[in-house]
Parts: sequence; C-alpha cells; structure tokens
Amino acid sequence: MIAFGQFLEVLIGGLMSGVLYSLVALGFVLIFKASGVFNYAQGAMVLLAGLALVRALDLLVANGFPLWVAVVLGIGFAAVIMAATAWLIERFVVGPLVNQDALTLFMSTIGVTFVIEGVAEMIFGSDVYPLRLFPTDAWFLFEGLFPGGILVNKLDVWGALIAGILVAGLALFFQRTKTGRALRAVADDHLAAHSVGIPISWIWFVVWLAAGLVALVAATVWGTKLGVQFSITFLALKALPVLIIGGLTSIPGAIVGGLIVGAGEKIAEVYLGPSIGGGIEYWFAYVLALAVLLVRPQGLFGERIIERI
Amino acid sequence: MLYREAGQFKTTYAEDMAIFPIRQDRIALAILLGIAFIGVPLLATFRIWPFGSDYLLWAILLPFLILALAAIGTNILVGYCGQISLGSGAFMAIGAYSAYKLATGVHIPLASLGFAIAIPPLPVLASILLGGFMSAGVGILFGIPSLRIKGLYLAVATLAAQFFFDWAFLRLPWFTNYAPSGSVNAPELDFFGVVVRTPVERYLLCLLFVTVLAVLAKNLVRGNLGRQWMAIRDMDIAAELIGIRPLYAKLTAFAVSSFIIGVAGALWGFVYLGSWEPLAFSIERSLDLLFMVIIGGLGSIMGSFIGAAFILIVPILLNVLPTELGLPLSTQTITHLQFIIFGSLICYLLIKEPHGFARLISIGKEKLRLWPFPY
Repeated sequence: MIAFGQFLEVLIGGLMSGVLYSLVALGFVLIFKASGVFNYAQGAMVLLAGLALVRALDLLVANGFPLWVAVVLGIGFAAVIMAATAWLIERFVVGPLVNQDALTLFMSTIGVTFVIEGVAEMIFGSDVYPLRLFPTDAWFLFEGLFPGGILVNKLDVWGALIAGILVAGLALFFQRTKTGRALRAVADDHLAAHSVGIPISWIWFVVWLAAGLVALVAATVWGTKLGVQFSITFLALKALPVLIIGGLTSIPGAIVGGLIVGAGEKIAEVYLGPSIGGGIEYWFAYVLALAVLLVRPQGLFGERIIERI
Repeated sequence: MLYREAGQFKTTYAEDMAIFPIRQDRIALAILLGIAFIGVPLLATFRIWPFGSDYLLWAILLPFLILALAAIGTNILVGYCGQISLGSGAFMAIGAYSAYKLATGVHIPLASLGFAIAIPPLPVLASILLGGFMSAGVGILFGIPSLRIKGLYLAVATLAAQFFFDWAFLRLPWFTNYAPSGSVNAPELDFFGVVVRTPVERYLLCLLFVTVLAVLAKNLVRGNLGRQWMAIRDMDIAAELIGIRPLYAKLTAFAVSSFIIGVAGALWGFVYLGSWEPLAFSIERSLDLLFMVIIGGLGSIMGSFIGAAFILIVPILLNVLPTELGLPLSTQTITHLQFIIFGSLICYLLIKEPHGFARLISIGKEKLRLWPFPY
C-alpha cells in the first residue's frame, strides 16, 4: 500500500507540474497557429511579464497601497507592458518578415529573446524576486487510506485551476467572438483571410497580445513557485517537448502534452533515475517527444500534415 | 574595372566547372591563403602589429577557425540538406569527448560477459579523426527520425540529442575518466613527433584542418551527393519521385555534417580550450552555430566563415567598446546592452537580408563587374 501511495503522490505531483508546463506551451501554440512563427521568445516573455508584475507590486506595496489594489494595478501594468511588447514585435520583427521561411522566423524570435531579456533585466533589475500571490503550503490527502497521506502542493492545484480557466476562456474566445473567428481564418490561410478583408497585422497583434497575457498568467504561477528570476526563460526549452507531443497546432494538445511530460518525467526520475545516475528529468521529456514523433510525426493532436508537389 | 572576366575564355568543360571560374577570384583566394598560412604566422612570430600580444591569435583567430569549421558542418545539414538541427553543440561534444577517451585509452568493462574491451591510447591525430567518425555515427542514429519528421518538429527532436548528451557527459563519470571535478584535460598535442604548443602552432594546425575540410566540403556539395542534398532540401517529395533516395541522402548529410562538427569539437577541446566541461558545448553553442549559418548564408561554405566571424566578433566588440570609449557603465549594464544590441542586430540582418552575407557578397560581385559603368 505504501508503494501505491507513493506512486500516486509522484503521479499527482507530476501531472500538476505538467499543467504548469502547459501554461507556457499554450503561448507557443497560440502564435504558431495564427502566424506559423515558432516563438522561442515565449520564455523571455514570461520573464518580462513576471518582472513587470513583481516590481510594480513591490513598489505599490512599499508606497502604502492595500494589497488587492496593488495586485490589480500590478497586473494591469504588466498587461500594458505585454501589449507594448506585442505591438513592437509585430511592427518591427514579424511584420517585415512575412512570407519568410519558418527557420528565418524562428531565428528572428531568438533575436527577440535576447532583446527582451536585456531590456527586462535592465529596467526591472536582475535579482531573484519572490512573488506571493498564491498559497504555497501543502495538503495531505487520503491520510486514512495511506500512511502519511498524499502530499499535494496547493500552488499546483491553483496552477491547474488557472490553466483550466485559461483554456476554457481561450476556447470561448476562439469559437464565439468575431476576432476569434478571424484568428482561425488567418491560421487556416493567410492569403485567403487577407482577401476577404481580415486585417492581418491587427490579428497578429492580437495573437501576440494573447500569448503575452498567457505568459503573464504563467509568470504569476511560476513566479510564486520559483521566484521571478532569469532561469524562468529556460522554461521555454521545457515547453518545447510538451508542444511537440501535443502537436504544434492544438490547444488541448498543449494541455495533454504537458500532463504526459509532467507525469512521465517525475515517474521516470523516481523509478528509473536512481539506477542510471539521476537528473534524467533534464532530457527525459525530449526523448519522450522523439519517441512520440516517430509514431505520429505531427504530434498526438496536431493536424495531419498533407504534402503535395 | 579590375573584376571583369572579359578575355578569360573557357575551352574545356573542366575549366567551366572549376570552383573559381574567374581568374580574379583565384588570385584573391591565393592572396588570402598566403596571408593566412605565411603572413599571420610570420607577423605573430616576430610580434609585429597587430600581433604584438597573443590576444588576436588566441581570442579571435583560433576560435574563429574552429567555429567556422563547425559552421560548415552545420551548413551542410541545415543549409544544403534543409534539415534543421539544434543539436550541433552535442555533436561537437561527442567529437571532443570521444577524441579525449581515445587519446587516453578506452576501457569498457563487460563484467557480465567476463572480459573487458580495452583500446590503448591512440595518437592525437587518430583520436581527433576517430572522434569525428564517432560523432558521424551518432549523427546517423539521430538522423534516422528525419526520415519521418520534418521542419520544426525535427528541430525539437534534435534537441533530444543536445540534452541527452549534455546530461551524459555531466553525469556519467566514465566519459571524464572519473575526474572528480567533471572537467577533462586534453593530452599533449603530439603529431608524429611534432609537439604543438605555442599559439602560432595551434593556429597553423587549425588552419590546416579547416582548409582541408573546407575544400572537401566544397567539392562534396558541388558533386553528385551535394546535388542530392539540395534536391531534398528544395522539395523532398519531388526529389524522391525523380529517383533520389531520401534515406541515403539525408543520412549522408547527417554523417558528413556530424563528422565535420565532431572534428571541430575535438579541435575546440584539444587545441583551443585545453581543459573543458560539458558546459562548453551547451545549447547556446548550438544556437550560435545556427546563427552563424543563417547570418552567413544558408547553403554557402564562404558564408559559414563570414557568419562565424560575425557571431564571434560582435559580442567581443560590444564587450570592449564601452571601456574603450570611456563610457561609465557598470558591467551588468554592459551585459544587458550587449544582449539588446546583439538581438536587434540579428533581427535587423534577418529582415534586411534573409539570405545572409553570402547573398550580399554575390550582389557586390555583380555590381563590381559592371563598375564603373553600370549600364
């Protein structure tokens, strides 16, 4: 029974942290769907959003604002920063590069990553800033069933809840609003969408804005977990296999991929790690992604890639 | 005026197909090689400006040569065969660590079978080349998915190689001969009795490797194999229909590319760093190599050199410039500014000339041919 309890604990912990990966992966999917840009800068955007939020919060609280006002204003400030970033990227990088091949666009987002990292750290500082928006203590579940119970982190539960709300919100936005429909049209075919009068550059701005806001949400959760710091940018690399497993074009795929990666790497680390040297979390997700790709080259939920001459 | 091919008649097919069909190009290349092989070592030996100290050799020319070699390898895969790879750093690491293991002697205990595989320490040259071949083997292995996966999906798949080998060289002590610090020291560079020690000798050694492999690569991409790669790059289905085997074409591209990158990695470790940690071959290195290839020009050997120079020198310049100008900036601000300027520069270059410096050069040549009467 102890073994099963431990397994359950590992599994739940893994699934929960997988949801957090999904939060970052969602931003990638949004942009890739609408503009075909593989946005390496998503991790840097999470850092920028987190830094803007936490610095604004600190400043407001220090000046005697009540906490809830500070939180609302801080989130508002971070959202404005993300909107400005989205506009700048669309106007100066992605816009001029329209119709270039995917590799060039990808490399340009790496350039954007450098710029965002530099600017964010220059303006907001480069220390580790703790963020306390959500409770971080743990719950013990099923103490009657298993000795010691199952440890579940409250923050992870919050993260899962937020991810759920976010996905529901995005789904509603995509399905029910005029802009959402325009977004899907652009995702299907730029030229056709353009020819029926959909303003492409506006749509791309909206997409980058949405990705920026998703980054903000991810920043609140990850910032609470790790503190807002530079290493958050490496989350982008962790989100890539999530994306690949789920499929680059699918929002539910990002969530399912996150769950698979999260649970898989925790279970592998606990049960496989000790025998081959530990730290396999570092590459497990990628090898998993490679294995999935060999079976389904477009990911689990991706649209089937049809090629013609 | 000077750069005009009028009067240079080609009378044989071989002349028409030469690497440098224009005489001025051949002269320019000969001068360049002369400077590289004779001029620089002479200046450096007699310590004439700008080689007053070893700084230029050590900090710029040596890494430039090795990274240019790695960029050529990356260019073969990404630029000529169209397979995006984010794992070049890992292949450099494989080259470096295999060469290290071979140079210090390999001992694989197979306890369950009751014997051990033992290879005595090999000479340095053999280790470096075999390091390249090891890298080629692993490259083929990680190239197999490319038969099913394409584009950005493949890019992420190659990250699997990057992260797996980063981890392996860090965590598996066998690779580092159980060194407690995890860093390894290169053996003495003894080439058939000639020991390479001083910066000038190291420079000449790298130059030799780079020249030979670059000529090899250039001829490979002009030949049958290179054309197959380019056909696969331009449209793989069409290439398959006209009878090019994707399996053969893609895997040879992976093998040749990984071999060159592996040799570059071994040189990086043995000749440039001397002692190194797995960190020397991280994902940053892979991204740098990709930048070199794209900024230099996809599908251009010449471009690889220019890209390597650009990506190597710009950060050094950005680092040195503020202090030279006497700007009162803290080191942290300088680092951040460096990030911002480097990032903007890359975006700017990609927007202005998505085909890289190689394209700028060919435009320049066209203009030069018509100069001074462009009509």
